[in-house]
Amino acid sequence: MAMEITQFLLAAQSADARVRTEAESTLRQFQEQNLPGFLLSLSVELANNEKPPESRRLAGIVLKNSLDAKDAVTKERLAQQWMAIDISIKSQIKDFLLRTLGSHVPEARHTSAQVIAKIASIEIPQKQWPDLIGILLKNMTLKDSPAGLRQATLETLGYVCEEISHRELEQAEVNDVLTAVVQGMNLAENNAEVRLAATRALYNALDFAETNFQNEMERNYIMKMVCETAMSKEIEIRQAAFECLVSIASTYYEVLEPYMQHLFELTSNAVKGDEEPVALQAIEFWSSICDEEIELQEFESENSGESGPPHSCFIEKALSSLVPMLLDTLLKQEEDQDQDDSIWNVSMAGGTCLGLVARTVGDSILPLVMPFVEANILKPDWHCREAATFAFGSILEGPTLDKLSLLVHSGLDFLLRAMRDENNHVKDTTAWTLSRIFELLHSPAAGYSVISSENLQRIVEVLVESIKDAPNVAEKVCGAIYYLAQGYEDAGTSSSLLTPYVPTIIDCLLTTANRTDGGDSKLRSSAYETLNEVVRCSNIAETSQIIAQLLPVIMNKLGQTIELQIVSLDDREKQGDLQASLCGVLQVIIQKLSSMDETKPLILQAADQIMLLFLKVFACRSSTVHEEAMLAIGSLAYATGSEFGKYMPEFYKYLEMGLLNFEEYQVCAITVGVVGDICRALDDKVLPYCDGIMNHLVKDLSSEELHRSVKPPIFSCFGDIALAIGEHFEKYVPYAIQMMQGAAELCARMDTSDDELLEYANQLKRSIFEAYSGILQGFKNSKSEIMLPYAKHLLQFIEMVFREQQRETQRDESVTKAAVAVMGDLADALGPNTKMLFRDLAFYADFLGECLQSEDEQLKETATWTQGMIGRVMVS
Amino acid sequence: MAPNELHRLYKRPPISDQQKRRELSLRRQEQSRRDAQLQARRLASTLFSLSSSQTLEETSEPDIDLVSEPQPDFQPENESVSSPSDLDLDVRQASKLRGSEARKWFARQLMLPEWMIDVPDRLSHDWLATRSYITTDSRQRNCQCHHFPRLCPACLTASGSCQSYSILDCIFHEMDQTYYVIDMICWRGYSLYDCTAEFRFFWLNSKLAETGACDPPSQYHRYRFSLVPIYTCDQSGLHSAYAGAVPYVKDGLLFYNKHAHYQPGNTPLALVWKDENCSQYVIDTDSKGQVPSQQQVVLELLHDGKLITSDDPPVVFGFLELEFTQKSGLHPGNLLRFSIGNGGLHTVDGKLEKADLHYFGKSNRARAFADSYSKIMFQYSVRHSPLRIDDLVASISSSDDEGNGPSDVEMAV
Repeated sequence: MAMEITQFLLAAQSADARVRTEAESTLRQFQEQNLPGFLLSLSVELANNEKPPESRRLAGIVLKNSLDAKDAVTKERLAQQWMAIDISIKSQIKDFLLRTLGSHVPEARHTSAQVIAKIASIEIPQKQWPDLIGILLKNMTLKDSPAGLRQATLETLGYVCEEISHRELEQAEVNDVLTAVVQGMNLAENNAEVRLAATRALYNALDFAETNFQNEMERNYIMKMVCETAMSKEIEIRQAAFECLVSIASTYYEVLEPYMQHLFELTSNAVKGDEEPVALQAIEFWSSICDEEIELQEFESENSGESGPPHSCFIEKALSSLVPMLLDTLLKQEEDQDQDDSIWNVSMAGGTCLGLVARTVGDSILPLVMPFVEANILKPDWHCREAATFAFGSILEGPTLDKLSLLVHSGLDFLLRAMRDENNHVKDTTAWTLSRIFELLHSPAAGYSVISSENLQRIVEVLVESIKDAPNVAEKVCGAIYYLAQGYEDAGTSSSLLTPYVPTIIDCLLTTANRTDGGDSKLRSSAYETLNEVVRCSNIAETSQIIAQLLPVIMNKLGQTIELQIVSLDDREKQGDLQASLCGVLQVIIQKLSSMDETKPLILQAADQIMLLFLKVFACRSSTVHEEAMLAIGSLAYATGSEFGKYMPEFYKYLEMGLLNFEEYQVCAITVGVVGDICRALDDKVLPYCDGIMNHLVKDLSSEELHRSVKPPIFSCFGDIALAIGEHFEKYVPYAIQMMQGAAELCARMDTSDDELLEYANQLKRSIFEAYSGILQGFKNSKSEIMLPYAKHLLQFIEMVFREQQRETQRDESVTKAAVAVMGDLADALGPNTKMLFRDLAFYADFLGECLQSEDEQLKETATWTQGMIGRVMVS
Repeated sequence: MAPNELHRLYKRPPISDQQKRRELSLRRQEQSRRDAQLQARRLASTLFSLSSSQTLEETSEPDIDLVSEPQPDFQPENESVSSPSDLDLDVRQASKLRGSEARKWFARQLMLPEWMIDVPDRLSHDWLATRSYITTDSRQRNCQCHHFPRLCPACLTASGSCQSYSILDCIFHEMDQTYYVIDMICWRGYSLYDCTAEFRFFWLNSKLAETGACDPPSQYHRYRFSLVPIYTCDQSGLHSAYAGAVPYVKDGLLFYNKHAHYQPGNTPLALVWKDENCSQYVIDTDSKGQVPSQQQVVLELLHDGKLITSDDPPVVFGFLELEFTQKSGLHPGNLLRFSIGNGGLHTVDGKLEKADLHYFGKSNRARAFADSYSKIMFQYSVRHSPLRIDDLVASISSSDDEGNGPSDVEMAV
């Protein structure tokens, strides 16, 4: 049944577009007409050593793409498609693939290994390929099996481990896989190719080795092999071994104690003397240890008294050797590293690790770092000055405020002067250090700040001057201004300190946003984002006039973007980016000015023009809506209230467009939020649009394509609509409730051992309750009987959630709150009709009892209200 | 996975302001949704209707405070003021009423205690006692709607959208510029209207202190709020209520049935009682502050000449001839003052049989309602055979002696 497809596979790679298109269409036709035959032909092609490498390569790629996709929905469809194929054809394909592992053509082996892993990811969880591991292991134990086969087999084992969860394999299989892999790393028995494949396979198999790492002998053996491999003479193998060590550092932190001395020497040598890829991994090892210890410390401080996993204080113990090693790396900067985002070198990794070490050990890092700073900060070589500044900036998080304040107070003036250094890198790092200082040590609201009325003027002068520097420096200066402004948020009278400088700061940010020497739009975005923070954090009572003047400036700029000449896709993208920034600024201004009665009229007066601009921004595109404009419109609807009704006829089509944007799910999510804003702004005047909106929301919910994170907000949105239109929601009830009941049942089936799914289930539950609440309250004054048939299902769902919430691990206060509130809504809206229901489901009393004992005031309050509502029903 | 591509954050990546704006928007939307749902929840049970049966030209009522957030987009509800009878106004709309309309509206929402003529059964089990200086003397009252920005804690966190309000039943004590809170009808949007007295007092006690309203006046609230102590109606509770020192001028005791919901208008589930020891005004005084020699009562005149009390249903106390009403220029709805002659009041099995009424004249225009049956009977008994504190104490002891087990009263404030 396999067909000869070599010529089509070759033609599909032809330079001649016509030949290529034709061949592609022939292949597609074949695929559509007879998928099993097509896949079989591809595997035959891949397995055949007589065929040209080009056709075999493409056969492998097409085969792989027929089994796997990035997008989860497609991936699921492909898996089902594969499972539907006749078992005899599937085993023929698998045989061809396994046979290819022994091919003398490395590329064919490699492709085959990948395809096998894809099939394994579909079949092993369903127990459909029980002999795979056995066959692979046999390749390894077979006497005199060729190196190529061993290499490809190890590669396959690695990929299989990467694809599947370790729960899918029996412990005996895991043991055998690990044995085969670790033996493959053995220097005496294997060539470099095999050892590299084995080391990489181990990396993927480490998650499987949980039981083996608990056993001291097995652990010792694995660690010995990894450490030996980390000193191989081949750099790629060394790098792979260090990658294993990084992974072990975070996965098996708690058993590392006996190996740390050796690991320190190993990593230390690598950092000092090995080539960069290896040195980077060696530094990463220590960063991972820091990550673990920081997490343990955070766990301890959150759960004081509870004993968590043991903290081995590796960083503290290694501190006196570790810090000097890291400081040395700081001097290995590259020219132009600040201009290129893709660069990641030893000095960057070292500085980052130093920052993590500071967060891990706190004050004790200071005496180790400060002498380095002082010794280098004035040296003529820019490398020294930059390294000193970077070291200083890196340790600002972790040590106590007392210790840092002193250092920063005495160092601040120096740093401000260093903004005039002759070297770009020094200025870049100095500006970054200033932003760290403002972020971490400037919080008047919390009672401390390195900035006072005495030095603020000088700080602002330096920043306003330095923002004119090279784009990379200017971007860092934006960051410094960002945190300078942020510190004054909600800072009461202290925020007045900044007020006199706000106009100057806004001016310099607008000028920066207009710069054209940035190369890309990064500097411009930073300038606008900083502008947003300045507006957001300013003292509105004092700056309202300044912000009011900024409004027409930004509106004018947004108006200009619409006039831009668009000839290419690139132009369109640039226009969209600029509009995004400006809509963002408008959103922040709208929120700021409408937050106070005195300034709200400024927004109301300009609302027509602002809305007109947003509509024009929408009109710049044909099929998608502008996300940022949508976000800003939500704020405008909130500010204008019922007045927003007049924009609806024009705006509605864009609202629809946003709701239909499955691909850019963020756009869809934001639009759903805006529907809620509009419901609350318009109340029952939103009614004429509800047919369309509900229709789209239901479509969204049914879509497999739409990212699931958008679905809970849609249920909440049902509640918003129902609350706004009251009894008119009647006609949507049958299908809205059907969706809600379906989702409730989905929640019950969800695998809550998965943290991510648990979080999602909780969001979904909360939003279903919110939907019921809105609908019940909406019907309260009339037609509440419509909801009567659904009351029982709702109460049963609440009971299920209540039972789940009793389990510590699954608890989520917001879900409990929503559940207890909707119970009250049910009693409130349906009244005496619910008496029998509540009487039959006695859990509500336990539920209320638990809520009333909560320490959460809001929850207690809600529970009390619900108690009152149910009490009223029960005595009726 | 390709671990070697791992780049940690270096000198911090650009700040994602977009993400921040999204999150802020989400938070605002969640807050607005919560506010809207809370609003829906309270409206249900605080939806009082503006009664059309307002026949009074001018009223003066007990103090009511509407604790409310100022509403930025306030629009006067002119319509509702001109034709209140057609409208079911909710509290929020009612808060926009001004002047006498507001006073009338709010007065109708108040629970008015009856006078204690007999000691209720199970006084110690089902009742709570509080010292009161509620007086029946309407001249001391006026209605004020105060707006207290930021008083309610919810408003401290909410952005401009918060319009949550609370309704307290309280009395303004001029001497110390303090509002004494006697009941709570609505708290931060939650209606307590359907909650038992026991619960309302618990809520009142726990919530009011939290807000800082009991703290000395600040820029957020001009006046201090204070709680009136509430006691269980056992021996010691009654004693404390009766004899304890209070910072205000006492005027009798108020008794609340623990299980009773807040009910606008006259209710027998709240009772007022007083004697000379706990009140300066046991016997009603006239407009000059003198105790008249004969008891005076105010009754409402109906079309058919019947003279009725303010109770629902009303009690007929007497009858005026049509001829007399025409001659005196009286109209249905008028409140008329009578004195009770030597013939007194005759009751049979607790029902009024005959009253010796003597027409005195039209009532003070400031009166809102006719007297209630219980008030007339209480005043009558004070002049003839008063219900004494000993009677109350005796009732409690006898009830305790019955051995009804431990009191299920939880409230001991």
